[in-house]
Amino acid sequence: MSQVDITAESGHAGLMEDSPYGIPSGKLAMWCFVISDAVTFSAVLFAYGYLRIGSPDWSTPFQFSPTILNGIGMTFILLSSSLTMLAAVEAVKAGRKSAGFGWLCATALLGALFAALHLVEWGRMIDEGWRLFQNPLGGSVHFGAAFFSITGLHLLHVVGGVCALAVIAVGYRRGGYNSIDVEVAGIYWHFVDLVWMFVFPLVYLMNVQ
Amino acid sequence: MSEAAHQHAEPTGFIRKYIFSVDHKVIGLQYIGLGIVAVVLGMILSWLMRLHLGWSTLAIPGLEKLSPAGAPGNVMTPEYYLSLMTMHGTLMVFFVLTNVPFAGFGNYFLPIQVGAPDMAFPRMNMMSFWVTFTAFLVLIAAFFVPGGPPLSGWTAYAPLSAVGQDAGPGEGWGQTLWALSIAIFCVAQLLGALNFIATTLDLRTKGMSLARMPFSTWAWFITSVIGLLAFAVLLPACVLLILDRTAGTSFFIPGGLVISDRLQAHTGGSPLLWQHLFWFFGHPEVYIAILPAIGIVSHILPAFLRRPLLGPRVLISCLAAIGFLSYMVWGHHMFVSGMNPFSAILFSVPTLVITIPATIATLLWIGSVYGARIRFTCASLFCLGFISVFISGGISGFFLAQPSIDTYLHATYFVVAHFHFVMGVAAIFGMFAGIYFWLPKMVGRMMNETLGKIHFWFTFVGVYCIFMPMHYLGLAGNVRRYAAFTDDYLAPLIPVHQFITIAALITGAAQFIFLFNLVWSRFRGPKATENPWQATSLEWSTTSPPPFDNFGGRQLVVHQEPYLYGVEGSAGDYVMQTSPETVEAR
Amino acid sequence: MGKAFGVVLIIITLVSTAVFIFHDFHGISLWLPVDASAHGHRVDHQLMETMYGSGLLFVLSQIMLGLFVWQASDRPEGWKYKIFPGGAKPMVISAILLVGIEILTLSFVGSKVWADIYLTPAAPEALPIDVQAGQFAFYFRYAGADGKFGALHAEKIDEGSGNFFGLDPRNDVAARDDVVVASLVIPVNRPILLTLHSKDVIHSFYVRELRIHQDIVPGLMIPLHFTATQTGRFEIVCTQLCGLGHYQMKAYLEVKTQEEFDKWLKDQEAAQ
Repeated sequence: MSQVDITAESGHAGLMEDSPYGIPSGKLAMWCFVISDAVTFSAVLFAYGYLRIGSPDWSTPFQFSPTILNGIGMTFILLSSSLTMLAAVEAVKAGRKSAGFGWLCATALLGALFAALHLVEWGRMIDEGWRLFQNPLGGSVHFGAAFFSITGLHLLHVVGGVCALAVIAVGYRRGGYNSIDVEVAGIYWHFVDLVWMFVFPLVYLMNVQ
Repeated sequence: MSEAAHQHAEPTGFIRKYIFSVDHKVIGLQYIGLGIVAVVLGMILSWLMRLHLGWSTLAIPGLEKLSPAGAPGNVMTPEYYLSLMTMHGTLMVFFVLTNVPFAGFGNYFLPIQVGAPDMAFPRMNMMSFWVTFTAFLVLIAAFFVPGGPPLSGWTAYAPLSAVGQDAGPGEGWGQTLWALSIAIFCVAQLLGALNFIATTLDLRTKGMSLARMPFSTWAWFITSVIGLLAFAVLLPACVLLILDRTAGTSFFIPGGLVISDRLQAHTGGSPLLWQHLFWFFGHPEVYIAILPAIGIVSHILPAFLRRPLLGPRVLISCLAAIGFLSYMVWGHHMFVSGMNPFSAILFSVPTLVITIPATIATLLWIGSVYGARIRFTCASLFCLGFISVFISGGISGFFLAQPSIDTYLHATYFVVAHFHFVMGVAAIFGMFAGIYFWLPKMVGRMMNETLGKIHFWFTFVGVYCIFMPMHYLGLAGNVRRYAAFTDDYLAPLIPVHQFITIAALITGAAQFIFLFNLVWSRFRGPKATENPWQATSLEWSTTSPPPFDNFGGRQLVVHQEPYLYGVEGSAGDYVMQTSPETVEAR
Repeated sequence: MGKAFGVVLIIITLVSTAVFIFHDFHGISLWLPVDASAHGHRVDHQLMETMYGSGLLFVLSQIMLGLFVWQASDRPEGWKYKIFPGGAKPMVISAILLVGIEILTLSFVGSKVWADIYLTPAAPEALPIDVQAGQFAFYFRYAGADGKFGALHAEKIDEGSGNFFGLDPRNDVAARDDVVVASLVIPVNRPILLTLHSKDVIHSFYVRELRIHQDIVPGLMIPLHFTATQTGRFEIVCTQLCGLGHYQMKAYLEVKTQEEFDKWLKDQEAAQ
């Protein structure tokens, strides 16, 4: 992956046509990935909406406490992690290595905390009898299917992001990754955050009792 | 640039050089190789199917060894017919029509045509091939699991595909492997599309402005944008299907189904949801198959007409318009599906509108043939043949785009004829043109023209004998996906099927001339020069085959439009893109 | 080579077109069967319009291609290419105009045909018939003397005892006189309203002579109405891949006169 990033940064002018967006290839590819991933999430959310409209017996099981409260906490944590990510990008751009490393670690930790809270939430729901194929309240079984698959897909992105951030943080400190790699990771992380801003209202708030 | 780009030294070990290679040229050849394996397999499956359709009690020697349950006494069972049909469709659509014209030729020539030393992300590129290869192995594994391959067709309509073993043999393990294979395939295509987009936008050499990119590069670029969005929908659809099959969810399965006398445990899902998700991918997929072929043909034609095509900008706009419209028409596959009949009208209009850019492109090709002196080679013959089959396949679109007529023709052989012509045969003609044109560049040897022309004539006449009669069968109301025609209405049509079968056997056999030519030329063909066709684009400005970094450490500078043929006042009748001479516009 | 290409292409075009035109070969009819429905002639008319328009495009463009390739074959070495009069412009304009007009007409007229068949409600006097599809047979249900259909219970479906619909006559009065048969018998010239549903996977209801085609989707009750205008016996076939017996899944549609139909229904009621 590194070969073109270097090309794009150095020695680009004069020998090659300018990239129409004036950004390194890694970033461009990440933006493309984000677009494609957004379509994937849209497809799953579309499926959720389609099935929900078709289910007259849809369950709305969530109560303000604990589920929504927990959700607000998770949202707050994820939003904060976007801020720390911004700080990390600023720091690495300015060349402040240890600060950049610190902010990256903070972002990864917040992400891990989000994932942990989410898993606790899942555990509680599973204890209550929710499954992919089962609704303890007797309503549409799609609730469990939609809830676990949508939040699961998002959780997969968070966990993947946390791992990537950890690798990049360590790599950045050792010099294996540069500021552009951090920025690219940042685009991904903000995207994961943005998706949550859709998932939270659609999957949580719209299912309050 | 060249120093910076060449962090990777040329690998020397066999494995790094030919197996896990990061070189886009090797990866391109790997895709083409995989495509050839898949196309031979798919064609043999179609032979078996055609034989069964012509003579449904015919014993095919050896078939029982292949599948004891599927062909007891060497006679195919109806369910085995459906399994073969499913595998034929899946192999052809995914592993041939997507892999060869797009991933195969695109990988090999896109970087060279824009003057780049490699793809933007070589390692990701390698991964993309090996993920595709994994998907292929998973699909082939379906032949060897209990129950055999799935029988729900390449469209895998739920609930047949979602409820498991009860729905029939092949709906157990086979169908799960199918869904898994397609999901893996989607991942590979996404990786590939990212790479294509980044390479086209970022790695163009000096002077290679977007307007100077060859048609083929444009087509691969537009195709990768389509693929980026289309496969992103099929991937979650396949995952949801796998969940329905293995985790007990009911996304695509409504309640109260009684299958094989068993009341199914699922409730509340929607079979139409699968169709919406599938066709939202499925229709753009048609263009993923055909746009690269259009690009390749438009790239090759000028070299043999010795003139630029009419309206190059218009042609590129047409490709982009087709790509854009492809996302608004998926519902035309669902006119009789039970969705709101009002939406049929909404989907019908943009479908008909697509015929406008398609017609413009066709007229531009035909108009370009006018007044030219054609050099008849295998490559140019296949290009001309492409135009003809593209017209034949496109025309039937007028019928199928209208819901009122589609109600009669839906799911008949008319549809089979339509999509085989327009996306199957047309894309395959593009591939043949590509191979005859580019093989000298790829392996450094010329192909045998006489064998190639024999191959062309058999193929060209053959495909018309196979697919034209299918239109008539469709008009007569001959339903597709039938293992045999047993009833009073369809039985009289069997002679037509027998004719088609014989044509398919002969045309298929003629493809072995091509395979022989390919292998023979690879080792015994006369050595190719750097630019055997006197063509202009960048791939002809390097040795045949190109060195590891494509241009031997040179950084090319592009001075010209891509197709300056028939130029007066130039030394030759053509001007290479890299040539610095001044050319007067004609 | 160019001459050969031109000749072969034009022969292919003419032969292909000729088969469309003559379409009857020693008992093999390669054309639509007789139209036996009230709306069918409009579908056929729309199909013919499209056939003329697109057939003309097909023949013209193939012959043009063949002709140009023929011409291009014996030009001398050093030939300076000629540009099509006007260049790309006439191509673009003619494509937009010709195809544009063609598709405008087709979509206006065609949408109207479609809307009249599929977007109109059935006539109030239409005869309601309930259709259940399953692997690999169709069953039809008439409401019987009370004019009411019994409720469906998936768990009661039992092919062995002939309870194909899952009726519950013990508890459900409306179900007791429902007439269940394996072929669709209808009176001629009377509107029919079918309600299509499936017990397992997607099937399809296709009667060529009625120019009617509708998928039968499990979980949905799909209404479909038509009027048959000719007596006779026609095939109803499944066109949506439904499993290994798909190719044999069919039933018969018998269109009878009103008197014959009434008698038939009475006999059925008496028999069940």
